[in-house]
Amino acid sequence: MTNLTELTISESLEKLRNKEISPVELTTAYIEKLEDNKKYNAFVTTTPDIALEQAKESEKRYMNKTNKALDGICLGIKDLFCTKGIKTTACSKIIDNFVPQYESTVTQNLLDDGACFLGKLNLDEFAMGGSNETSYFGPVVNPWSKDTKLVAGGSSGGSAAAVAANMCAGATGTDTGGSIRQPSAFCGVTGVKPTYGRCSRYGVIAFASSLDQAGPICKDVRDCALMLNSMAGFDAKDATSSRRDVPNFESILGQDVKGLKIGIPSEYRPDGLNEEIASYWDKAIEIMKEKGAEIVNISLPHTKYALPCYYVIAPAEASSNLARYDGIRFGNRVNGSNLEELYINTRSEGFGKEVKRRILIGTYVLSAGFYDAYYLKAQKIRRLIKNDFDEAFKKCDVILAPTSPIEAFSIGDKKMLENPINMYLNDVFTVSVNLAGLPAMSLPIGLSKNGLPLGMQFIGRAFDEETIFKAGYQLEQTVKFKRI
Amino acid sequence: MAIDNETVRQIAYLARLGVEEDKLEETQREFNKILAWVEELGEVNTDNVEPLYSPFDEGMVLREDNVVEGKQSKAVLENAPEKEFGYFVVPKVVE
Repeated sequence: MTNLTELTISESLEKLRNKEISPVELTTAYIEKLEDNKKYNAFVTTTPDIALEQAKESEKRYMNKTNKALDGICLGIKDLFCTKGIKTTACSKIIDNFVPQYESTVTQNLLDDGACFLGKLNLDEFAMGGSNETSYFGPVVNPWSKDTKLVAGGSSGGSAAAVAANMCAGATGTDTGGSIRQPSAFCGVTGVKPTYGRCSRYGVIAFASSLDQAGPICKDVRDCALMLNSMAGFDAKDATSSRRDVPNFESILGQDVKGLKIGIPSEYRPDGLNEEIASYWDKAIEIMKEKGAEIVNISLPHTKYALPCYYVIAPAEASSNLARYDGIRFGNRVNGSNLEELYINTRSEGFGKEVKRRILIGTYVLSAGFYDAYYLKAQKIRRLIKNDFDEAFKKCDVILAPTSPIEAFSIGDKKMLENPINMYLNDVFTVSVNLAGLPAMSLPIGLSKNGLPLGMQFIGRAFDEETIFKAGYQLEQTVKFKRI
Repeated sequence: MAIDNETVRQIAYLARLGVEEDKLEETQREFNKILAWVEELGEVNTDNVEPLYSPFDEGMVLREDNVVEGKQSKAVLENAPEKEFGYFVVPKVVE
């Protein structure tokens, strides 16, 4: 029998339903895998006892035929989702002892569908970073690393690495500027950033509230469809949760793409784009063309401004959201001689360097006298970026582009660390989607000459995840990417 | 718009963050690099453009004004660094 942890969610479900394997057996296999793969630093908290308890309950449901959509499936949860009674840290020192008294809606939905939780996954502190190196618990090691240790990407680095290394069948992630898609690309797995409003943000520790969106990271497109169907849906506890119906994403898989108009944005192919990435992009275009899709050239003229726009808006929202960490109601407290000193000491000791940098930038762009020049200006440009997409989607049904301009780099890479802007530039193909609130999927397209995974993404119209699932599935079937 | 050390100090204070004296220069340099970079936004003509604060387009819906989860004071205080008699404890703020 193949190693159980290498099965996809859909394969596992089939074996569970046919009683070929039991939930306890499956969970035990994952718990062993967690131990074997500690070197990747993907999990910051493991909950094997809880997972086994959940597996036993799941076993009963399979016995009396009341099993649910994801019954007995072992998942990892990004440590940004509040889990009742299980420590949730956002990988920050400031709340490294925080035990939520409630469950996030997304994780509750997964539990209601019978999933078992193996633990909490590493991320960049408060999801701020693109390499998982800002985590208080240290960087995640990319399972594709050879001689030198490579980053898993970020911020959902633990999620992508854990799925790639078969430490869980699927994982939750969040994507504010590329945090699901970029680590998925770096680790050779598939990740979906749904439309803003598709998944509830209730109980997800906030970074930038108008950009944050939860989504699945899995081994393949079908698994993402299954997991997203469980995660998504209206939630009265989130004022920006959509009331629109959630389609059955799995039922779309296998539909052909004949006549589907695929847009290729010229701005995503700047001079000097990595040649390997450019040629894989061409290959993906060829594959889709052979399947009957129509390729359309499109323009997203404000692409150039998306990054600076994002790096005004995201820090602004973050500086406001992170004001709550003051050492009074939860988290760590560092005393001072008066209340103000207590705030300053608590925050200065609790936050890491990148988080402080973003809070400072955000505070500055929101401060009196500069608000119009930076914050308001950025929000106007955000409108223009969204308008670009609206225009493009008059000519095409879905957009195809690379996920990241680079492959996974070394942990501690000097160029990335000496200038924060170099790290920010890696988000060039991902942030526009968040600014416009659109859905996108990253999936592996092949290996670079260094033997590292590269990703392509499909970007869809708002609330049209169906088309990215349809197109992604077709591309995946031809690419046949070989997982670890 | 380059900023000086004094502005860095003031912004840090607004954010209730301490910046050590020997880190001021470095922080200011980084800050200015990032500001110079976002300055690019100034090139774009945004006359008559409405800002887009959120992509959510379904509007706000009022719910019934009922208590749905009350009497949670124990849970609310569970993670408090310091608590007493059912309250959060802070340093003395009234002389």
